[in-house]
Amino acid sequence: MNVPTMAEMMAQGKQPEVLFWVGCAGSFDDRAKKITKAFVKILHKAKVDFAVLGTEESCTGDPAKRSGNEFLFQMQAMTNIEVMNAYEVKKVVTACPHCFNTLKNEYPDLGGNYDVMHHTQFLKLLLSEGRISIEGGSYKGKRITFHDPCYLGRANDVYEAPRDLIRKLEGELIEMKRCKRNGLCCGAGGAQMFKEPEKGSKDINIERTEDALEVKPDIIATGCPFCNTMMTDGIKNKEKEEVKVLDIVELIANAQDL
Amino acid sequence: MQYLPNILFAVVLIFGITFFVKNVKKLLRNIKLGKAVDRSDNSALRWKNMIKIALGQSKMVRRPVSGLLHIVVYVGFIIINIEVLEIIIDGLFGTHRLFQNYVGAQLYGALIGTFEVLALLVFVAVIVFWIRRNVITIKRFLNKEMKGWPKNDGNFILYFEMVLMTLFLVMNATDTPFQEAGIGNIVSQYIAPLFSDLTESTIHLIERGAWWAHIIGILIFLNYLYYSKHLHILLAFPNTYFANLNAKGQFDNLASVTNEVKLMLDPTADPFATPAEDDAETVPEKFGAQDVSDLNWVQLLNAYTCTECGRCTSVCPANQTGKELSPRAIMMKTRDRVEEVGKNIDANGKFVDDGKTLFDTIATEELWACTSCNACVEECPVNIDPLSIIMDMRRYEVMEKSAAPQELNMMMTNIENNGAPWQYNQMDRLNWKDEE
Repeated sequence: MNVPTMAEMMAQGKQPEVLFWVGCAGSFDDRAKKITKAFVKILHKAKVDFAVLGTEESCTGDPAKRSGNEFLFQMQAMTNIEVMNAYEVKKVVTACPHCFNTLKNEYPDLGGNYDVMHHTQFLKLLLSEGRISIEGGSYKGKRITFHDPCYLGRANDVYEAPRDLIRKLEGELIEMKRCKRNGLCCGAGGAQMFKEPEKGSKDINIERTEDALEVKPDIIATGCPFCNTMMTDGIKNKEKEEVKVLDIVELIANAQDL
Repeated sequence: MQYLPNILFAVVLIFGITFFVKNVKKLLRNIKLGKAVDRSDNSALRWKNMIKIALGQSKMVRRPVSGLLHIVVYVGFIIINIEVLEIIIDGLFGTHRLFQNYVGAQLYGALIGTFEVLALLVFVAVIVFWIRRNVITIKRFLNKEMKGWPKNDGNFILYFEMVLMTLFLVMNATDTPFQEAGIGNIVSQYIAPLFSDLTESTIHLIERGAWWAHIIGILIFLNYLYYSKHLHILLAFPNTYFANLNAKGQFDNLASVTNEVKLMLDPTADPFATPAEDDAETVPEKFGAQDVSDLNWVQLLNAYTCTECGRCTSVCPANQTGKELSPRAIMMKTRDRVEEVGKNIDANGKFVDDGKTLFDTIATEELWACTSCNACVEECPVNIDPLSIIMDMRRYEVMEKSAAPQELNMMMTNIENNGAPWQYNQMDRLNWKDEE
């Protein structure tokens, strides 16, 4: 697919409207790459003038910071800020709430000031500007539950953008017992994604999957590549593979048959 | 001789208040052991938060049963204290129900009537609280950190309140002129018959006894606060005022690290430069928190404010799935340690190294179980932030001791080497665009 980089844009003397920050999961994880591609398809459809950093992108430093390695975090942050400032980036969109939180909240202090949006916020904006339309037909009667990513929800108080998009799909949005500010973590945050959990009686993603299965959904919608992994693993563990775990942007792209 | 009760009262009052002030000073000194952090910005929003969250109890009622019961006790506590004002004036000047002369019998009756109803409601609410703590199985009151003193502390507070409310009602019930006037004795009129067989002088003696016991009880309770989780009745206010206002996902960037990183990234920096004269003497700042003096004062204020309700722990994903971590225990252990350091200073005039740190009671297993999901921070009815302490202690573990779990070390090595937490070539970052 056609994905311009900032370097190519600059060579042509162009400045894109928005930088799509792909993130490590979105770049390398096989499951998350599908989310990345679904988002790019929608960006194309909406004729959004965007670019990625490509090989010049590097980890935001989020997992290092949450692990307590402030040095590594700030090294990453300053390197990324230098790259983004060199390209005079103003607006950033990302499909990862961890990148979103770090870029939005922790970079300004270190000299990186950008207007940062989570992809669900960006899609809602495109929708309100009439640049995309969401066709709901294929989700009629489908029960969809949304799992709030901690770094989108509690961390940044974004609860409605993803839900507004699901409502547009005309599916039946059903809430888990624990949702929005009471939402239960999937178990991946705070760098837990990269290690085995501490000794305990249960894995957090199983607990959360049980929350989701309780409302008998057809689809568990997510807005974070790590939540997606955790919930997918949970569903496999429960042998309930008929329940699909999909990012909201995939739901929208599928509806449009993109 | 006729002034003896007044003098005695004044002595008791002064003693009670002096001791309290002494403890408040100690409390402030201990909180100031923490590092500086600027929370002087945006005072309008801070006042609003304090009024809404501490005064208005907005986060308490998210759990309606305990929330509403708590409001009963809280409103009762504040309003009945108007009566305490009268008791103090009466005690000092030897008057009896002084306010009656100023506000008139009707209004006075209405006031006392309100106090009596509240006292009864508080009594009932406190009984329910006791049942919740001791009879019904409510998990957050039974976690392992709630054994021994914390459990007893919770019950002592409830007994205190039961006794104080009883004394207040008995005092009114045995006040013969007050009962005869019959205005405002809404609750006490039903208690008065219990004493009807006694002689007038005995009843008067009981009335005086209840009066004295009530005010002495209040002074004891006031001084019990410092030793108890019950400090929250005072500290909830500054704690909500000084709480973090940034997005919960925003963790502070360590300025000490920023300087080092800038130096590292600066191609013109001279690594062999002699440090400035005074630099050689100063001890370099510690990264992260090893002990309470490495935390900031708001974190220590948090620790003293915590009333151990356990709502944080009950929503913690790690705790719910059987991990060692309990955000409440983090706060309790922090307070215990700051108290220990305070006592050390009391005994030695200044802090003398006792070879102990926060890590003596907080296990790294607890720290590494945290998902940084902010559920505990969101849940706390008075905006305590256990997560910030966990993060500061992780920072110490990683940056001072290089003691991260092995898998996290691999993740961090990957970020250092190839800019991603996994071992992928940075040059492959855009490969997805050409994959099917």
